[in-house]
Amino acid sequence: MISDMRIHVDSERGCLNITVGGTWRLSPERPEEIQRALQLVNEPQITGVLIKEDGLSTWDSSLLVFLVQIVRSARERKIALDLQLSEGLNRLIALAFEVKSQQGSQRERHLPGFLEGIGEKVLSVFPRLTDFLEFLGDVVSALSRFVLGRATMRKQDFLSALHECSIQALPIVAVTNLLFGLILAFVGAVQLTQFGVQIYVAGLVGIGMLRVMGAVMVGIVMSGRVGASYAALLGTMQVNEEIDALTTLGISPVEFLILPRILALVLMVPLLTIYADLMGIFGGYLVGTIMLDIPPVQYLNATMSMVKFSHGLIGLVYATMFGFVIALAGCYQGLRCGRSAQAVGQATTTAVVHSIVGIIVMTAIITIICNVLGI
Amino acid sequence: MTQSPKLSNPTLISVRDLTVGYGSFILMKSISFEVKAGEICFITGGSGCGKSTLLKVLMGLKSPKMGQVLYGDEDFWKADANARQAIKRNTGVLFQSGALWSSMTLAENVALPLQQYTDLSQEQIAELASLKLALTGLAGFEDYYPSEISGGMRKRAGLARALALDPAILFLDEPSAGLDPVSSRHLDDLILELRDTLKATFMIVSHELDSIFAIADKIIYLDNQTRTIQAQGDPRRLKEDPETALCALDFLTRGAAGKALEKSNCEKTGS
Ligand SMILES: Nc1ncnc2c1ncn2[C@@H]1O[C@H](COP(=O)(O)OP(=O)(O)O)[C@@H](O)[C@H]1O
Ligand SMILES: [Mg+2]
Repeated sequence: MISDMRIHVDSERGCLNITVGGTWRLSPERPEEIQRALQLVNEPQITGVLIKEDGLSTWDSSLLVFLVQIVRSARERKIALDLQLSEGLNRLIALAFEVKSQQGSQRERHLPGFLEGIGEKVLSVFPRLTDFLEFLGDVVSALSRFVLGRATMRKQDFLSALHECSIQALPIVAVTNLLFGLILAFVGAVQLTQFGVQIYVAGLVGIGMLRVMGAVMVGIVMSGRVGASYAALLGTMQVNEEIDALTTLGISPVEFLILPRILALVLMVPLLTIYADLMGIFGGYLVGTIMLDIPPVQYLNATMSMVKFSHGLIGLVYATMFGFVIALAGCYQGLRCGRSAQAVGQATTTAVVHSIVGIIVMTAIITIICNVLGI
Repeated sequence: MTQSPKLSNPTLISVRDLTVGYGSFILMKSISFEVKAGEICFITGGSGCGKSTLLKVLMGLKSPKMGQVLYGDEDFWKADANARQAIKRNTGVLFQSGALWSSMTLAENVALPLQQYTDLSQEQIAELASLKLALTGLAGFEDYYPSEISGGMRKRAGLARALALDPAILFLDEPSAGLDPVSSRHLDDLILELRDTLKATFMIVSHELDSIFAIADKIIYLDNQTRTIQAQGDPRRLKEDPETALCALDFLTRGAAGKALEKSNCEKTGS
């Protein structure tokens, strides 16, 4: 429908006369008179406003928003106001002013400038660090209570957490590590055949997988699978006030919800790593026997002689630490999640990013320690 | 109809000059009131004026900016962990959203507090859980998950969970929102019954005029504009006292007339 907004504005002897009529529909074009009226009402020589209607047929919010603006300005300037309008319009205008905006509820929305932004970021580092350390302290005290047998943890929670990060994770861990073993063997083979020592592919894959790569691969897969789901679960519980409900009962969410999940991951990531190592070695075996024509027995013998037990143990140390890092990142983000769906999404992504970064930093630290110790 | 608790009842909760807010935003200031043991105290006020937040401060979920919350003689926010734990053990909470644990069935939800704090056998706990669910009109829904029931039923299940440990203090945030009128009356009867039998004390956020006049011993009206308590006292007496009552009563009766509850524009009608 075409809008035919009719508006007439004139001012005489300090009185602003506005007459509206015709059909008012929301549309991008507005008569210039509207702008003029809005300007005039704020001018000092205007001491009164009269709004009339003349042949007004249909109207919508476009008219209302204009009239409310005029009325607001007039009220702010405390000038005389005369509304000669139909009942419906009068009521809606009254309604718009009935509930005053709450004091203090209007926020200043200002975007921080570049330097200010940097400053805020830097200043927020310290509180965030102490907050995380506080969380870590809670976790450690929950763990010690668990060791003393006093933690309030449900067996079902632990079992379902175990289930989530064990059997359900087997297929994806198998596929990724088998392929990773293949890739490692391929890359190694190209170099090693130049020197005629293809057999060292067995050692490369075996040691590589056992010592660190198996654990890293499991860690990355589990951050995406389990760390993210912990963050999403706990975040949603936070949004639904389920965590508050626990707290009011005097049950510590860290003991009740987080402890079983940390234990499950710390237990299962090393076990999954052993499985992943075997898968990776199998991948290397496939490349060695099929592509490089190494006899199967010789390949296996080479693996056995080059790989040492300590490699496997170091791998398990990595794996245990990764399990802890993933669980901490996921649970921390979930527990500190804001109270909206968007915050849950953010917590989930942050949990994954933090656990992957954590895994890499942890790898570097342990590798350097091993190097210094000469193992 | 109801007899108010005897004057000799000791004061159970005292709130002194409380200020609550989020960040730099002050939501409510100079809140002071006392609730005696066995009283049914209603908190009312426009939506968004901070009733749920006030309850959160009382039940120890959110620290106040200033002021004290005393349970008996114990200042909750200064007490040590053990004392707080003891207070929490004695309170039951119904959240505005229900806040049932979504990974547990209704029976498990009600059973969890019992498992935590009593040495009862599994069967005894299951029986108690069924009883509490039956009291709130949810008999037969023991094995349903929270996602499988309606909003009003979730409220009632939340109430059943709040009642699990027969707590001395119950905080109910809009218990009758989402309930049909019959369940709502039933809820009033249940509250009176619990008060008389278990000597429980209630702090209830609600706008139900009928409930307030039927069962409230005390009403606290929070005002959006002045950001503090505008009127408090016995609702039946407030009705007669024109000075303080106008705002609260105008607010409530306007709600009863079916108009929007939020429009607590006292000044216009009060003057
Ligand atoms: N997490 C929060 N962060 C900041 N402000 C909040 C938060 N929760 C509530 N508020 C503010 O507090 C006010 C009161 O909320 P609430 O206590 O839930 O009101 P009600 O009286 O309806 O229960 C709201 O208007 C809102 O602006
Ligand atoms: Mg509320």
